[in-house]
Amino acid sequence: MRCPRCGAALHLRRPDSVSRSWAFLIAAMILYVPANMLPMMKTSSLFGSQSDTIMSGVVYFWTSGSWYLALIIFFASIVVPMLKMIALAVLLVSVQRRSRWQQEQRARLYRLVETVGRWSMLDIYVVAVIVALVQLKALATIQPGPGAAAFGAVVVLTMFAAMAFDPRLIWDAREEKHG
Amino acid sequence: MVEQSGPQGELHDLPQAVAAPRSRRSLQLVWLIPIVAALIGGWLAVKSITDRGPTVTIAFATAEGLETGKTKIKYKDVDMGLVTNVALAPDTSHVVVSAELVKEARRYLVEDTRFWVVRPRVSGGTVTGIGTLLSGSYIGMDIGLSKTPKEQFTGLEVPPIVNTGEPGRTFVLHSDHAGSLDVGSPLYFRRLKAGQIMSYDLDKGGNGIAVKVFVAAPYDKFVTDNTRFWHASGVDITLNSSGVTINTQSAVSLLVGGLAFETPAESADQQAAAADTEFRLFANRGEAMRNPETDVMKLAMVFEESVRGLAPGAEIDFRGVVMGTVTRVRPTLDVAGKNFRIRVAADFFPRRFRARDRGNRMTNDQRRALLAGMIANGLRAQLRTSSLLTGQLYVALDFFPAAPKVKPRKDVRLEDDDLPEIPVVKSSLVQLQDAITAIATKVQKFPLEQVGTDLQQTLRGASKLIDQIDKDLVPELRTTLAEVRKAVESADQVLKPGSPLSQDARDAMREVARAAAAFRALADYLDRHPEALISGKRADPKETGK
Repeated sequence: MRCPRCGAALHLRRPDSVSRSWAFLIAAMILYVPANMLPMMKTSSLFGSQSDTIMSGVVYFWTSGSWYLALIIFFASIVVPMLKMIALAVLLVSVQRRSRWQQEQRARLYRLVETVGRWSMLDIYVVAVIVALVQLKALATIQPGPGAAAFGAVVVLTMFAAMAFDPRLIWDAREEKHG
Repeated sequence: MVEQSGPQGELHDLPQAVAAPRSRRSLQLVWLIPIVAALIGGWLAVKSITDRGPTVTIAFATAEGLETGKTKIKYKDVDMGLVTNVALAPDTSHVVVSAELVKEARRYLVEDTRFWVVRPRVSGGTVTGIGTLLSGSYIGMDIGLSKTPKEQFTGLEVPPIVNTGEPGRTFVLHSDHAGSLDVGSPLYFRRLKAGQIMSYDLDKGGNGIAVKVFVAAPYDKFVTDNTRFWHASGVDITLNSSGVTINTQSAVSLLVGGLAFETPAESADQQAAAADTEFRLFANRGEAMRNPETDVMKLAMVFEESVRGLAPGAEIDFRGVVMGTVTRVRPTLDVAGKNFRIRVAADFFPRRFRARDRGNRMTNDQRRALLAGMIANGLRAQLRTSSLLTGQLYVALDFFPAAPKVKPRKDVRLEDDDLPEIPVVKSSLVQLQDAITAIATKVQKFPLEQVGTDLQQTLRGASKLIDQIDKDLVPELRTTLAEVRKAVESADQVLKPGSPLSQDARDAMREVARAAAAFRALADYLDRHPEALISGKRADPKETGK
């Protein structure tokens, strides 16, 4: 069906919700590995150059005493994306199995996932801002690493996965029982 | 109707949504995303695995300045890797540093590749590693030339002086002691810095040290087989007939020690020496530049006197010119003679006799024949004292024409080696000693006791005699003396001036004088008038005329 005004495709349900969501989710899961393994940014200064992954940044802040910063980065950049992917996987699996377990909670979980998604971009924003600011040529330069790209892709892909997911599917199992 | 049907009519006016057949394409497209992601991920994984360089472990004495994940490995200041782990060795004797190197580094990990920690360092008059004060230490690397791969290394404690591939050659110098040398001490050639000391090590027996030196490229071709190396540390002050000469290489060598080398002019045209050639390290230039001692003639001397004070290294001297050195002093058993003799082996440098005469080297047989002739002429070796304070001896060679003839010792073979032997004469000290001993023996033989008793008896007799004289002779002597005095006194009385005797005597004498005058007048007259003897005295006309 198409919208007679704008010609956009109309769907009663989001089409291919589960498989699309899976596709994005799997892509995100795959990229999550390089996002954590590869360096987020490369700092080069007078005293030598250094490249940091997310985890090494967390460890650096933790050991240098800024444990609150370490916690923020740890949660925003490692825990949240991982939980998001786990949540989406749980939702998708439960929908495919037409499970009627905790349907209301799952609906809330979906909404939470959708809301929280964009906050994971925090890291990317920080890297983007620092890279733009710290370009002191000989004294110090910071460059984004390949990890930043992968991490951004993870965040975007999980957002797509959440968007592709049709929360109404959660309740299908109940209707079938009624029907 | 219209109003009612208005909305309906509007609805009807709208174009109806048309059911479109669901395309399967969208589904396929969506699955491209995870495929792409998988490809990217897979590519990254493959890349990271293939990019993964070799891992090496390096043992260091201490992990000072080494940090996991921070300390780099650099070759010519190019990053070659990163320290991934610093751990203590199981026996806690050292630390083991693991490092991951870049992929390209795999072929550089060969047997003679070296690693060391670059820290700020002051040595040999130079300061290195200042940059590490700010950036922190790093591990330096020097790529070896070997082809044998290796992954476990032992780090150097001090940076190597010379990097592999630096043009130049290394040589080994043997010396008795290290002096004030250290790794990095400079090596001078005509007071230009030509190299450095790479390392030094004790010889196996601990008898000396072997110093490894590196001579940099433009200078290494001046090192020939005849090049002399010497200690150039400190100041070399020479006092000779031309005054005081002070020699020093540079201010640095004053402080940190150093070496110098030079090739004697007559052998400068020789081929450059091969790398790792071994040389002797002399104590000073004078010693080093002495005439070549490449031509060595070994001699032996057999002494029967004490050689206390004669050590290997003692000089062999020919009328004040040093011609060789003693190499060995050892007692040997003379079975046939039932005796011990002390056999002194020496190196004799025949070239010192004719330094300018190059080329025509005599054969050993010719030399022996010449030596035999010299011995027949009285060539002898003699121990002499070089210092009365220390009792040091040296061996002097000289001609003693008066020395008894010797025939070559053939009956007694003291050593297996067949060295030409120079007969010896006793040292002048020993001769003196012999003479004194002979006198002492004679003195000892002298019957001192007998002489004593005899002398005592004689003395006793003499004393008896004196007693007798005293008793019998003296009183008589006294009376005699009194009488003598009396006689003298009376004589004195008689002879006094004014005494009658003297008056008479004076008168008599006057008479005699007068008589003599009369006699002279007579003689005078007779002389002039000899006829008067016959005719008698005539009257003198002159006297009558007057």
